[in-house]
Amino acid sequence: MSSITPPSRPAPSAPAAGTAISLRGLSKSFGAVQAVRGIDLEIHPGEIVAFLGPNGAGKTSTIDMVLGLSSPTAGSVEVFGLPPHQAIARGLVSAVMQTGGLLKDLTVAETVEYTASLFAGSTDPAEALRRAGIDGIADRRVGKCSGGEQQRLRFAMALLPDPALLLLDEPTTGMDVEGRRAFWAAIRDDAEAGRTVLFATHYLEEADAYADRIVLVSQGRIVADGTSTQVRALASGTTVRASLADPDVDVLRRLPGVDSVEVRGDTVLLHSRNGDDVARYLLNHTAAHDLQITSQGLEEAFLALTGHEDDAGPVGAERTRTASAATAPTAERTSR
Amino acid sequence: MTATTDLAALHSRPVPPLGSFSGTLVKLELRRLLRNRRTVIFTVVMPVIFFLLFGLNKSYADQAVGRGNVAALIMISMAIYGAMIATTSVGASVSIERSQGWSRQLRLTPLNPLAYVAAKLIVALLAGAVAIIAVYAAGLVTHKAHMPVSAWIAAGLIGWVGSLTFAAFGLFMGYLLPSENVMQILGPVLALLAILGGLWFPLDDDSVMGMIAKFTPMYGLAGLAHQPLVAGAFHISWLVNVVTWLVVFAAGAAWRFRKDTARV
Repeated sequence: MSSITPPSRPAPSAPAAGTAISLRGLSKSFGAVQAVRGIDLEIHPGEIVAFLGPNGAGKTSTIDMVLGLSSPTAGSVEVFGLPPHQAIARGLVSAVMQTGGLLKDLTVAETVEYTASLFAGSTDPAEALRRAGIDGIADRRVGKCSGGEQQRLRFAMALLPDPALLLLDEPTTGMDVEGRRAFWAAIRDDAEAGRTVLFATHYLEEADAYADRIVLVSQGRIVADGTSTQVRALASGTTVRASLADPDVDVLRRLPGVDSVEVRGDTVLLHSRNGDDVARYLLNHTAAHDLQITSQGLEEAFLALTGHEDDAGPVGAERTRTASAATAPTAERTSR
Repeated sequence: MTATTDLAALHSRPVPPLGSFSGTLVKLELRRLLRNRRTVIFTVVMPVIFFLLFGLNKSYADQAVGRGNVAALIMISMAIYGAMIATTSVGASVSIERSQGWSRQLRLTPLNPLAYVAAKLIVALLAGAVAIIAVYAAGLVTHKAHMPVSAWIAAGLIGWVGSLTFAAFGLFMGYLLPSENVMQILGPVLALLAILGGLWFPLDDDSVMGMIAKFTPMYGLAGLAHQPLVAGAFHISWLVNVVTWLVVFAAGAAWRFRKDTARV
């Protein structure tokens, strides 16, 4: 692990324990819309994995299939080696959804009691409330709870069956900073016990701060899969843009630190780990002029990799193309 | 409380019996119903008030009808009217659960949807019983309704069991209509069905309206429930009416229910 982002958890236990989630060629279409286009993914027990991607990337569709809420158009899903509905029936997997899923006319304690009564071996409802940090509002009507309190109630409900796998779909949407911090603190405390956690998010920082492993999805496909350090590596470096007629692409590509070279008419774009060296070379050894040097942040890397189609206009198009060049060498797949 | 990663241990975790049906489920669903002030007013308070308003009118209350009097006839009518609203409300409450995402949440638990429907039907029957008992209590306290004890019991039981038809009707509408306020739509519908069923005033059998009324869902149940008091000719068409509508509503509910719980 690099020193940049040390996820403070022990390494996942031996793969001999099987896989928590196994997706093979998973696809899902809604009419002509292909939400998920062939996802292969294995998540091992004890991992905390972020499912990172923009809205519409297919995150929720994938999670719905893992939970058995919908069936794949093609491919297969296994949760601890079982079909989703069997895993649900045994309380092996639970989920915290983004919105809804609560009855406003019940109290917090009644909601947990109701849910607990549905599982064969539920843990103590009072304990679940305490762990979610809402034991103080047990008698409050759900309809009177804040968004953050409702989300922690969903978390308490998810804890009841003592699931081996916890799925969180955009769990902190609509929460303020404080609520978000409290929610993640509760999740992290809980995960110490070795629960497998998969959370979908479009917040890069959230994925970076709380996951051991980041799976980037875009347009229904996995575009990168690695530790947060590896994903961060994609983001390092700069793009140098210059006007240069007839560049010698082969020479440029061999410059130290250059990842990719792209030529568009009289413009050349170089992505590299060291923009200064590239700029110096271009100015000293070629006829390049009108140089622009931009550093690529995490946000750019994310946008580049996930290639927003709805990010219309020339900027978006440029990002997409840069991505396809940058992804190949650096996006190391760590799937085993 | 550690989440184990031993597959064998995970696979041997038990699946709850009876599809997760339990007394807790019924208890909490019943508590939700009683907490809904609007439902309580419409199912308990209003039928009692209607009985007090219309059933005790001196000009006709003591007129003889079969083995009793008009006050008893109106009492039975209001009792089954209340039961009908109660059972429909319980069935239709699934629309609220759907719109609040609770149905979806329940699919993340081992709860079998059929066990859930069973709990709803039990709660509907309990609510229907409360509605009937409330009107009967008003009839007893006012000392105006007269008929043999056997007629009290038989009419109450027939109205109670027959109100299951409307639990099915409520379920069907609850799964069919997307609104959170299904009862605002169904309330006027039920009032109309009650009129056509002859619960408010006797219908002229030979009028066009009287002819149409015979095919509406309340008509058969009203005839059957009044029979212990009226003791007139028994019409098999009442029974056919009740059974037919029960089948129609149950089939409709099952159809929408399957659509709702399908994994698309």
